[in-house]
Amino acid sequence: MSVRRFALALAAPVCAFTFSIGVSSLVLMAFGTNPIDAWSEMLSYGTRLETFVETGNRATPLYLAGIAVAIGFRMNLFNIGVEGQYVLAALLAASAGAAVDLPPVLHVALIIAVAMTVGSAFAGVAGYLKVSRGVHEVISTIMLNAVALAAVGFLLRNWLLDESDTTLNMMTPEIPASGQFPHLNSLVETFTREITRGRELWGFLLVAVFVGVLFHVFLNRTRVGFDLRATGLNPFAAEASGADPSTNIVRAMLLSGAVAGLIGLPEVLGDAHKYDLGFARGLGFTGIAVALVGRNHPGGIAIAALLFGWLDSSAPILDVVGDAPREIVSILQGVVVLSAVVAYEVVNRIRRVSEARDAAVAVRLPLETSTGNTA
Amino acid sequence: MTTGSATPAAVELAGITKRFPGVVANDRVDLRVAEGEIHAVVGENGAGKSTLMKILYGMQTADEGRMLVSGNEVQFSSPSEAIDAGIGMVHQHFMLADQLTVLENVVLGAEPTRRGVIDYDSARRHLDELGISYGLDLHPNDFVESLEVGERQRVEIIKVLYRGAKVLILDEPTSVLVPQEVEKLFGNLRELKARGHTIIFIDHKLEEVLAIADTITVLRQGRTVATMASDQVTAAELAELMVGSELPKPSTEPRVADQHVTLSLRSATVTGDDGRPALEAVDLEIHRGEILGVAGVEGNGQGELIEAILGLRHFAGGELFLDGESITHWPVRHRREAGLGYVPEDRQRRGLLLDAPLWENVVLGHQTQPPYARGQWLDRSSARAAAGTILSDFDVRAPGVETSARALSGGNQQKLIIGREMAARPRMLIAAHPTRGIDVGAQAAVWDELREARREGMAVLLVSADLEELIGLADRLVVMLRGRITAELDPTNTSPRLLGSHMTGASVDDQGGVG
Repeated sequence: MSVRRFALALAAPVCAFTFSIGVSSLVLMAFGTNPIDAWSEMLSYGTRLETFVETGNRATPLYLAGIAVAIGFRMNLFNIGVEGQYVLAALLAASAGAAVDLPPVLHVALIIAVAMTVGSAFAGVAGYLKVSRGVHEVISTIMLNAVALAAVGFLLRNWLLDESDTTLNMMTPEIPASGQFPHLNSLVETFTREITRGRELWGFLLVAVFVGVLFHVFLNRTRVGFDLRATGLNPFAAEASGADPSTNIVRAMLLSGAVAGLIGLPEVLGDAHKYDLGFARGLGFTGIAVALVGRNHPGGIAIAALLFGWLDSSAPILDVVGDAPREIVSILQGVVVLSAVVAYEVVNRIRRVSEARDAAVAVRLPLETSTGNTA
Repeated sequence: MTTGSATPAAVELAGITKRFPGVVANDRVDLRVAEGEIHAVVGENGAGKSTLMKILYGMQTADEGRMLVSGNEVQFSSPSEAIDAGIGMVHQHFMLADQLTVLENVVLGAEPTRRGVIDYDSARRHLDELGISYGLDLHPNDFVESLEVGERQRVEIIKVLYRGAKVLILDEPTSVLVPQEVEKLFGNLRELKARGHTIIFIDHKLEEVLAIADTITVLRQGRTVATMASDQVTAAELAELMVGSELPKPSTEPRVADQHVTLSLRSATVTGDDGRPALEAVDLEIHRGEILGVAGVEGNGQGELIEAILGLRHFAGGELFLDGESITHWPVRHRREAGLGYVPEDRQRRGLLLDAPLWENVVLGHQTQPPYARGQWLDRSSARAAAGTILSDFDVRAPGVETSARALSGGNQQKLIIGREMAARPRMLIAAHPTRGIDVGAQAAVWDELREARREGMAVLLVSADLEELIGLADRLVVMLRGRITAELDPTNTSPRLLGSHMTGASVDDQGGVG
């Protein structure tokens, strides 16, 4: 039974990925490229240590974005506003980090706290609008994204700009060393070889892992998490069970926003040490795809984030070698999302049917054998 | 398989088999309905009646078997094909658009047009003709939302006739009606029969079946058990055929209620979804160890009463006390922690997380209390253990506590809900239609649990549409009509008929007039 369940759970992503490779191969062939050449280029480039480091760095913010979106999804809330929440949080956290001088650990903690607070508060606006005015969170978060991006432009230009900078790149002042996050190169190198090309594996990866564990524990082991999950599964039954809908909506939005606030920090704390115009955008939207492929499950989101991160970091070789445009990877990612959603639904139906059959069998069995499966 | 008789049967089903995952809903069912008769198909819940009718109406396709309509073999892949063959169906749950008029509802999907515009004049003429000739009095311009249940049903019947149906399938048409309306419906059906229509009538109320049907076919566990003329069988014999043994009835027990008032409502007023008062100045007391039955045609404030007691709906006026303490403004969670148990009317909507495992469903509603919680944490292992105990104590047939609630049959889902509420030992148990849509075995189990609750000193509020259940179980009965308590009755000297007349407000004799 559990073996079958596990095999089913595995079948969906494997089928989705295989199908996506197939579709992308057809696209490549339509452009006159040999797909086998392109994939093998990517595979050989993508399995180098430096690419793995890059994969980790790309997967970390994607993972956080996926978790932020998943917190909303688990409650049937569609937080499209992760994008605006994290960009605004990154700007304000970077500025706050540059404005103060604190001992090392405290300094980083302050930056993280600022980022989470900003993200949380900004998402909370959408939550408040939903419970007090009935504004659908998709509408409000989309509009709040525009507000956030406009606010970022305004704040950066007028108030938070680094006055001493002489380049044309608008940026905040640099965060002092005490507010930077150490990289993990030495840790990785004890198991492998030296990491070359100046690549550094951002230490924020560990924070992301911690957030994932926390997400899992919160949802599955706490009363508040149970309320949240129950509301997502059936808001009417949850309400009758005593889970107040409004409280849970606001709670989920605040939590989602808090995690969203962390998305920009791997880059701010680990690499750039400031917010500038080159700051990565769009992670909030990719996070939606990552959460979908990862089934809103912390483990699944990790696999999805790593997959997306790996594809992103090994795609550039296609341009260099000239086999295929690197955009083929975007097509691949898109097809993965679509086919994963379809595959999960198919697996879900198969599971339902098989469960219904087991339950029908149990009706005819004596009770002793039918209730043995506990703990 | 056409029989040798001169006129072919209006409908003949032969060897119909329909399998669902894990269940055979219809197992080589035969049904022969002669032209111009009222043919009842009876059987308990889950006997396969509805599935058979859905197959006949093209909503589902049979895995095996043949269908003949007036001697011609047919195969329907959609209801519209069945309609074309002259078969119409009146569903148990009406499928009407509340915001449209009677006329618009009737023509919906079959609109007569003239030069591309809906020809309401000819539609109205046609509707009037139908109404007059069948004695179905309806006003074409009334909005459906303003109609009573019985009138809505007549709209459904006209709708089917308008589409030219010769064979009408009625799926448990009396389940939503009070006795007086049932008689009116039967008058309509006899009129239809007199004009040559064939009627297939699904029901499980035996007196009704014997009163209206010419021929009766009994289904049990997906099989045809017998077909006979209605004047050659008694209710007791039918019951035996249906369940394989005698029908259970709720039986009363001596009263154990004492003077202590567990729950009381004082001049409670509650606003409904439409902004009008759904509950007006209701006074109610439920004693320890007592089952208070609430009778009433659905939609007369019973739902709002329960929601207000549970905290899902605010009081516009009045007060609610639990053991003397005012809980009028408490949130749902406090009330549940204080000992309010709830068996909802719609168990899948209000009572279960269908895609969650059974043990989580057992936790639902009690997630802040032991053994399911320890401080802020969920105690998963003792929750699983407690769920396992509930499965065996309350005879919930399931492979295990990890099975999702969706996989269970209605009866087992209901036993699970009753089990989890009883296991929490509430002071006050609210049970809304606790036996609706579940099989006879589960029904008896639910009755036993309600009596057990009373024995243990719980106060029980029982809202039900099953009048025999109310009379059999309740210590006291109140009748709700248009948001008020209009009568209080002693179940030991009341009958379903008397109750029915109170429910419609038709007769208020010397027993009524308390509210």
